[in-house]
Amino acid sequence: MSTPNVISRTTSDLDTDYKYGFYTDIESDDIPKGLSEDIVRMISAKKNEPEFLLEWRLKAFRHWLKLEHKEPSWAKVEFPKIDYQDIRYYSSPVTGERPESLDDVDPELIEAFGKLGIPLEEQKRMTGVAVDAIFDSSSVATTYKKALEKAGVIFCSVSEAVETHPELVEKYLGSVVPYTDNFFATLNSAVFSDGSFVYVPPGVRCPMELMTYFRINAADTGQFERTLIIADKGSYVSYLEGCTAPMRKSHQLHAAVVELVALDDAEIKYSTLQNWYPGDKDGNGGVYNFVTKRGNALGRNSKISWTQVETGSAITWKYPSVILQGDNSTGEFYSVALVNNHQQADTGTKMIHIGKNTKSTIVAKGISAGQGQSTYRGLVQIMPSAENATNFTQCDSLLVGDKCGAHTVPYIEVRNPTARMEHEASTSKVSDDQVFYCTQRGISEEEAHYMVINGFCRGIFQELPFEFAMEAQQLLRVSLEGAVG
Amino acid sequence: MLEIRNLYVSVAGTEILRGLDLSVKAGEVHAIMGPNGSGKSTLANTIVGRPEFNVTDGDILFEGESLLDKMPDRRAVLGIFLAFQYPVELPGVRNRQFLKAALDAARTYRGEEELNVRQFDTIYKAAVEKVGIDAELMKRSVNEGFSGGEKKRSEMLQLAVLDPKLAVLDETDSGLDIDALRRVADGVNQRRRPDNATILVTHYQRILSYVVPDYVHVLLDGRIVRSGGRELAAELEAKGYEWVKESADEKAAV
Repeated sequence: MSTPNVISRTTSDLDTDYKYGFYTDIESDDIPKGLSEDIVRMISAKKNEPEFLLEWRLKAFRHWLKLEHKEPSWAKVEFPKIDYQDIRYYSSPVTGERPESLDDVDPELIEAFGKLGIPLEEQKRMTGVAVDAIFDSSSVATTYKKALEKAGVIFCSVSEAVETHPELVEKYLGSVVPYTDNFFATLNSAVFSDGSFVYVPPGVRCPMELMTYFRINAADTGQFERTLIIADKGSYVSYLEGCTAPMRKSHQLHAAVVELVALDDAEIKYSTLQNWYPGDKDGNGGVYNFVTKRGNALGRNSKISWTQVETGSAITWKYPSVILQGDNSTGEFYSVALVNNHQQADTGTKMIHIGKNTKSTIVAKGISAGQGQSTYRGLVQIMPSAENATNFTQCDSLLVGDKCGAHTVPYIEVRNPTARMEHEASTSKVSDDQVFYCTQRGISEEEAHYMVINGFCRGIFQELPFEFAMEAQQLLRVSLEGAVG
Repeated sequence: MLEIRNLYVSVAGTEILRGLDLSVKAGEVHAIMGPNGSGKSTLANTIVGRPEFNVTDGDILFEGESLLDKMPDRRAVLGIFLAFQYPVELPGVRNRQFLKAALDAARTYRGEEELNVRQFDTIYKAAVEKVGIDAELMKRSVNEGFSGGEKKRSEMLQLAVLDPKLAVLDETDSGLDIDALRRVADGVNQRRRPDNATILVTHYQRILSYVVPDYVHVLLDGRIVRSGGRELAAELEAKGYEWVKESADEKAAV
């Protein structure tokens, strides 16, 4: 039996390429390491949760015990055994009562987010983007709350929603990703700490972009956030998430669950820039990003669109999916996944067609550099009830160097003969001819690589809100450092 | 401006250029002609430093300095431009973005500030008009889905925007219909100034009906075997490359 060597105590800053690698020294309210029924109760008590939620957590925990530490093994990722008793499941900056305004928030925390490019102060905050800032297990602040309230939009942390809108939480929590879904989702259901909650009332077009910024700060702490977004009939919301963590020698576990529900004629656009610490050049440290994201396009004519740019994490294991339950509903998945050095990514989507005339689009771009391994894994399933379903899938891989790998594993399951399916796939390299063409025009070899790689991702970046498209290009560049030129 | 001395170049172990000499001064247009396989493209690619082309002997001087130890991007910012025979596609890279990066690279090298978007627009639009290229077409990615003629025309746009000291056109005229050919010729004629030079590498004489070169050189088996004025092109057209070959052989025999 191998020795559990994940989540060790040693933490130190290792290299300086990752500019979000700083650590904020702040007093935190931690619970002891380890996982037990008592711990689950303790987390629930810390959050003053109603009985239904504690019961739900406990059911999840008991189910998790039955899984006997057997993580899903079908993905093309390798990692040493995780010691789930050596993880701290709750760590929260000490802030006392939930802050009423930003004046009540510890300036250290505000500064930490400022350093990450997420200013929370009123005069500095981003225009047109409301931010929920989550630090370890707790939401620190949510900006533009008043403006959103005016429109009837609820945007707050999940723990706050549990107190203020328990009926919505009870109705929808676990409705898309049940606690029995998979190993990591079950674990999350038992110990989830915080995350964002969004409810957009009928007919409302959310007046600004909503953003959650996740920051893992404390050592030896797992982050288990849970996000729930409900778009009521005829509403629209665009939601973004960004994330970073300090550089640590040990691995950190991040097992999040995101659930989206779109009712009749509603649309949810969900964008992710994932930049968790990827580990150093030799593969030490880095975040294990084991995430379950799923949306239910429940209503007629509803639409759910996932866009992700995954550049961080030592391991990424995530498949943002759409259940196309409503007739005429639409599901989309646009993805760029980049691996460098020793990073591993196994990512893709599931499009489950149930309703009539449902339509899904998948465009996945994988970039492998260094010794990185990138896998696209996707399922398109057409159920017997899904008359006239259509799917278009395009999977492109780009290789940088000759020590990396790209893999494509598409599953297509059609149980209705009226379905129309299209699948395109390609693998390419940044060619010497392309690089020479650019250098002949005066562009450096390194810049030429970025140009070709950025061009490869352009179709995906276009799906992101403008500021995030710029940010995504930056991320790509930083993540590729040392791999090109 | 450009001084090539006793140049020997091999590609994948095969010697292609064998002691080539060429001198190009500012204000001049030179045509390099020759049959297939004579080394024309090798010459063009060697000047810009394409990695597969190994210089085994001789030297290439640009404004008095040897180019041999300079990387391709350095040669480019010094003011040397190659219009490619087969321009590559850069999917997702927009033409404007590409050209601005190229222009800014040269400016940065010269210690000048990068252009702002408006300044670049002025240069870009003027060039688009001059070259007569469809502005809509140029909204696409670099060369992506372009026809052969469109690619050549796009090269001429890049030439107009970058305005290099030395332009080398590698068979830019081949495969073009008469209108496209004229446009390429116009591009060369318009850039003609006392402070720059152009080398036209071509298989056919026909572009020389529109561009009047100061010198014509005939390349054969990796060497320039004959040089002359524009009348040499007409003579070649009438008598064919065999004629040069025979007379070159005769010379060798003497």
